[in-house]
Amino acid sequence: MAILVDKKTRVLVQGITGREGRARAKLMKGYGTNVVAGVTPGKGGMEVEGVPVFDSVYEAIETVGEIDASAVFVPAPFVKAAALEAIDAGVKLLLLVPDRVPIHDTLEIASHADRKRAKFVGPNTLGVLSPGKAVLGMIGGRPETAKKWFNIGDIGVSSRSGGITSAISYYISRAGFGLSTIVHVGGDVVVGLPHPEIMKLFEKDADTKMVVMFGEIGTTQEERVAEMMKKGELTKPLVAFIGGKAAKEGTRFSHAGAIVEGGRGSYASKVRTLKEAGAYIAESLMEIPKIVAEVRKEHKF
Amino acid sequence: MARLYEYQSKEILRKSGIKIPEGMVVISPEEAKEAAKKIGCPVVLKIQVWAKGRAEIGGVKFAETPEEAKRTASELLGMEVKNFRVEKLLVEKKLDVERELFAGIIIDDYAKKPMLIFSSIGGMGIEEIAKEHPEAIVTHRIDVLEGFPEYKARELLGKLKFKGRTLVKLSGTLSKLYKAFRKSDARVAEINPLAITKEGDLFALDCHITIDDYAVYRHPEFGIEIAREFDRPPTELEKIAYKVEEKDYRGTFYFFQMVKSPIPKEKYIGFHGAGGGGSMMSMDAVLSRGFKTANFTDTSGNPPASKVYRAAKIILSQPGIIGYFASGSGVASQEQFNSARGLVKAFMEEKLDIPAVLRLGGNYEEKAIEILEAFSKFIPAKIEGYGRDDPPEFCAERLANLIKEGKTKVHKVRKIQDYTPPKGEYSFKTLTGKVSIDHRACANCTTQACVPACTYEVLKIRDGKPVLAISEEDAGKGKCTECLACELACFLHGEKAIHIYLPIPGLKEYREKLAREE
Repeated sequence: MAILVDKKTRVLVQGITGREGRARAKLMKGYGTNVVAGVTPGKGGMEVEGVPVFDSVYEAIETVGEIDASAVFVPAPFVKAAALEAIDAGVKLLLLVPDRVPIHDTLEIASHADRKRAKFVGPNTLGVLSPGKAVLGMIGGRPETAKKWFNIGDIGVSSRSGGITSAISYYISRAGFGLSTIVHVGGDVVVGLPHPEIMKLFEKDADTKMVVMFGEIGTTQEERVAEMMKKGELTKPLVAFIGGKAAKEGTRFSHAGAIVEGGRGSYASKVRTLKEAGAYIAESLMEIPKIVAEVRKEHKF
Repeated sequence: MARLYEYQSKEILRKSGIKIPEGMVVISPEEAKEAAKKIGCPVVLKIQVWAKGRAEIGGVKFAETPEEAKRTASELLGMEVKNFRVEKLLVEKKLDVERELFAGIIIDDYAKKPMLIFSSIGGMGIEEIAKEHPEAIVTHRIDVLEGFPEYKARELLGKLKFKGRTLVKLSGTLSKLYKAFRKSDARVAEINPLAITKEGDLFALDCHITIDDYAVYRHPEFGIEIAREFDRPPTELEKIAYKVEEKDYRGTFYFFQMVKSPIPKEKYIGFHGAGGGGSMMSMDAVLSRGFKTANFTDTSGNPPASKVYRAAKIILSQPGIIGYFASGSGVASQEQFNSARGLVKAFMEEKLDIPAVLRLGGNYEEKAIEILEAFSKFIPAKIEGYGRDDPPEFCAERLANLIKEGKTKVHKVRKIQDYTPPKGEYSFKTLTGKVSIDHRACANCTTQACVPACTYEVLKIRDGKPVLAISEEDAGKGKCTECLACELACFLHGEKAIHIYLPIPGLKEYREKLAREE
């Protein structure tokens, strides 16, 4: 198993003929991802890295058959159109890689996805990688490095920073442990699958024994994970590291934002609620492998 | 989040059909007097700054006559408020208010929906209202595909027992506020207070809207200079940096100054991060070594070498820094040789005079460190490159040691020389600059190292000299990625014939001004 993506996942790349699309199609294929088609309107008939290119998602599905997931690499202003096209064509999982997608576009994508029971990771995500199986997005940069950096194993990683997703996963691997799936949920305020949603998937995943989470100040994602632990919805051990201890407070939405967050969102609030719920808190990134080792000993993994 | 001034926010409301008091923006006491005459006294004068609680700091004043408006305006204009200087006032008709309400829309990240918040009590901060009168507040999450028609607003307001004409007017206003919120790509739109006058009309007395940074490009009408939230006006250097960011869509470049003039004694360093989480972690590492960061910079998302180069030039436009620290997550997916090339080109041009520690871990880090090592002998100050197995704390320690050992203590900003094309120049335009090749020098070249260095196959050899292998148009559109490999290869192995000119508009003048001020 693993979550979100494995060897069988049939993947489409939207924007495959662009600079990023091309480079990441190469990474995905080289790593073992089942990339079955690409889409760039007007470039139908081409081939990129041996992948056939179509003018529309609909046409791609008609020709190559069902698509399980689409990785979107078009420039930010066009992400909404690309996402809606894929959702409309029946794709159930999207990965929205670009940074700087307008938040109102994300809200529209979310509403459409809801109606069609589709999910999306991102925007502003490095992607999802299940070691030894497949990568969706751009984690690892190149197949050689992605294979070298991330061991196969039973630890799930969920992170709000792209670079930290790779860093945590690399340091865990270097310490001799392995990973089930690593997820960069996306750096934006509104993302399709925030931490709590990823935790639900890890909880159900037979391959995952424990989870490492990197949180940041702002939003209530981490506090909601703590609530899940208290309610027994997340029973697997969780190691959490929250960034932004030194960052100044007050970079929240506004005063009205406090109504949503209800006093949550700060470094202190996240650490406190997670601790209370029984999470293991790391004070620094480099401390994570040590804590992971202790937790494994304690739980006899 | 890019903030709008009150008068801009009100203009958005007005265009959406929400009533606002009659008013005018003025920049001088004389204009204030004229405005008061035209609007009719009594009037209220409000300072236009990005700060909350203006009334408490004396930024909101009333005037009974045009003369008084003039006098008051001369007191308010030029006032210093939380890092801002008051340059504009809004002069508005003073209304007879019967009751104050609150209406606001924010984005609920968890529901992934805009959330309307309405309170039958207004005037004070919504946090206070929520604490003291929770029963006065109703909220509603809006599905963007359904919108927020008036009947939905009436349902919501019915819970607070609004009836009759007020109910109808209020529901119209809330529905219009939502439309304004969507249309302007707002992150927050608050009317506080929303006033019911003695005559039973509804007016937005104060309003505050912030725009989504990522959507500012869709709204040139707001005249937003830098699309992000500032608690002070942007500095000149930030404006220069923002122009670079705005004009180059490849990757991210973010530059923010923490201090206007770094004092060497306080151990300020130039900080160059990559990626949000990694930058924060790296910053913690240098701060815990007793350093301060003069700026915060982030180049990430696989930026071209040219962007990293410009970032370094801008960071090095801060006199008084004593070191340069570049570090990201350590395990970056982006191609790190781009960062290395951008940095060494900048450091050579600047004749770097302060030590630099560059932690370029991740994809292609070996190549990146190799580049740093190959060029370190052409850079006056000490530079050291590190990778993913070297923690940020260790790298910060290295910087501390280099600074201790170093001879040059404080960075001096150099003047930028004008670019003069050589006589035998062959050149072509790139996306943001120009590649200039001195073909006379190429005549003596035995290596022609530039062509194999260019992995994008932009160059080829014709008659023993490098020329474009693709059309000029394609090169200018981005096929030449400005990776700087040809220039650096030519520098090491050839005749130093290639120069890639990457202008940074305004930086030359800025540095000249610095020199004059010194």
